[in-house]
Amino acid sequence: MYSYSEFDTAFLAQRNAQFRAQVERRIAGNLTEDEFKPLRLMNGLYLQLHAYMLRVAIPYGTLDSAKMRKLAELAERWDKGYGHFTTRQNIQYNWPELKDVPDMLDALAEVGMHAIQTSGNTIRNVTADHFAGAAADEIADPRPVAELLRQWSTDHPEFQFMPRKFKIAVTGSPNDRAVTKAHDIGLRMLERDGARGFEVIVGGGLGRTPMIGKVINDFLPEADLLPYLEAVVSVWNQIGRRDNKYKARIKITVHEHGIDEIRRLVEERFVETRKTFSGVDQQMLSEIEAHFAAPAFKTASEASFKDAYHNDPAFRSWADTNLTAHRAPGYKIVSISLKKHGDTPGDASADQMRLMADLAEAYGHDELRISHEQNVILPHVHVSDLPAIHARLKEAGLATANIGLISDIIACPGMDYCALATARSIPIAQEIATAFDDLKREHDIGELKIKISGCINACGHHHVGHIGILGLDRAGVENYQITLGGDHRETAKVGDRVGPGFSADDIVPAVERIVDTYLDLRTSGDEAFIDTYNRTGLAPFKAALYPEAKVAAE
Amino acid sequence: MSKPFTPKVVTANHLLAGDVIYQTASGWTRDLAQAEVLTDEADADLRLIEASQQVDVVVGAYLADVALDEGTPVPTHFRETFRATGPSNYAHGKQVELS
Repeated sequence: MYSYSEFDTAFLAQRNAQFRAQVERRIAGNLTEDEFKPLRLMNGLYLQLHAYMLRVAIPYGTLDSAKMRKLAELAERWDKGYGHFTTRQNIQYNWPELKDVPDMLDALAEVGMHAIQTSGNTIRNVTADHFAGAAADEIADPRPVAELLRQWSTDHPEFQFMPRKFKIAVTGSPNDRAVTKAHDIGLRMLERDGARGFEVIVGGGLGRTPMIGKVINDFLPEADLLPYLEAVVSVWNQIGRRDNKYKARIKITVHEHGIDEIRRLVEERFVETRKTFSGVDQQMLSEIEAHFAAPAFKTASEASFKDAYHNDPAFRSWADTNLTAHRAPGYKIVSISLKKHGDTPGDASADQMRLMADLAEAYGHDELRISHEQNVILPHVHVSDLPAIHARLKEAGLATANIGLISDIIACPGMDYCALATARSIPIAQEIATAFDDLKREHDIGELKIKISGCINACGHHHVGHIGILGLDRAGVENYQITLGGDHRETAKVGDRVGPGFSADDIVPAVERIVDTYLDLRTSGDEAFIDTYNRTGLAPFKAALYPEAKVAAE
Repeated sequence: MSKPFTPKVVTANHLLAGDVIYQTASGWTRDLAQAEVLTDEADADLRLIEASQQVDVVVGAYLADVALDEGTPVPTHFRETFRATGPSNYAHGKQVELS
């Protein structure tokens, strides 16, 4: 875990004091909303449908127990007792009052956290594989690089007023869990001839014009990372469109100029930027790496785990679903589901946050992660501790055994909270989860990722959901469009739109028809939804969703 | 021919709390039922200008359509329904505070 230097602490204190004075001037009526809005957005403060919303950065989704407890404290003291974890590994507070926000930011600073660059046309929170440093399939821990990028991009003078926001994701594993191909820049760590480097992907993004990122450099040596990324961002900063915000993201720049031309411009700029990096960045990286040293993994008897696994069906179901292979013998990665059937995806109460902090401290080498799938991860847990962890999670309503299943739904806040939304998304997620839980079908259905957005900005990643749902306003009525076959992994793909949308009442039955069709079509229980879809294509699903069209065609 | 003017209320977010408020004849309310209903276009435009000038009280004032249910204003669009009642995922926020 990176700890702030004196420089970081002083910088944050100065920024918080500056914002406190800006809030005071706004409340006193000395700043208009037009003057204040860009200032509050620079500090992560939005005005949403029902209240202000403070978005706090959780760099690369990594927390320790002290940070998690502080998030709980904020929820309790200044919000309504809960927080909402997002697809960008951040946390959002939905109900702060303006006068309290400076105190909230000071409280966050006590544990080295802030809300800087969680909004605005800047480089946003750098996200990473939520299993970083723990996954069995990992080449290297991507978090030191993510931290280097955080330091480089925070308050970078050239990148504060860009054409639009800019998002970077990094993974150290060939199995992409960080959705790198749907980011402005995606970095995939590689090894070639014993040397570490990156595949650099640019121009991915979701929103109204979804694009899968393109490879601009198939092997960038590790030492060239910052000058190369500075070249990419500065080329876009110069030629990216500022005349139309819907065409401003780098995905449109790459699309309009072509990846070969962008590569040429970046290479040209890279010659210049490289000269300005004296190697100090690499010294900083080595210092950062020391902060992310692997914990001292223990050895212990696995008997208690085996005993619980054989004798407790609830524990076995949870262990089969919510655990992932760890690189250390005897260890597992625990995914704590924030998707209890019928609850709001990604929400955690202050008590639940404190419990997860306690578990991390007692059993998890004091580490926690937030996944882009809106769950919380204990990355390093010895199997002997799993029965105790499960028992305590169960008491707190956090032991839902559904990771990767149909009720483990990503949903943006939608019109229940968000001022940009065109329809609700959370209630749709609640209804789908409840419907499939009532029928006890989800373990039979197997891996199936539903992702729901309440507007075309696609915060709910619907384009890359196996089943994607997009909520729209059609003549004053909520309407839900379905896409199928989207994929967020290294095999990333934008889903295919099936046809006309469904009403709020008809969307859950439509999802049930899709699932029934899959169950009829799959060759065996081992063929996951996405594999069946890739084999059969859209046609049988379309026929199931629009039987009247099939009849008309006959 | 221009569209006939339909009843409106002036609504905004409160500067300090951030929550949804509606203009009354003499100030602001959090309850849509208590809002001043504007049936004259010129009057509505004027009331909106007056609201927008209260920069130390409100943020983002605008005119929202309403229908009249036995004289009481009710939303005509689902977005305004959620603004009036709070989130629908579970009871918290406005619907709890107003009850």
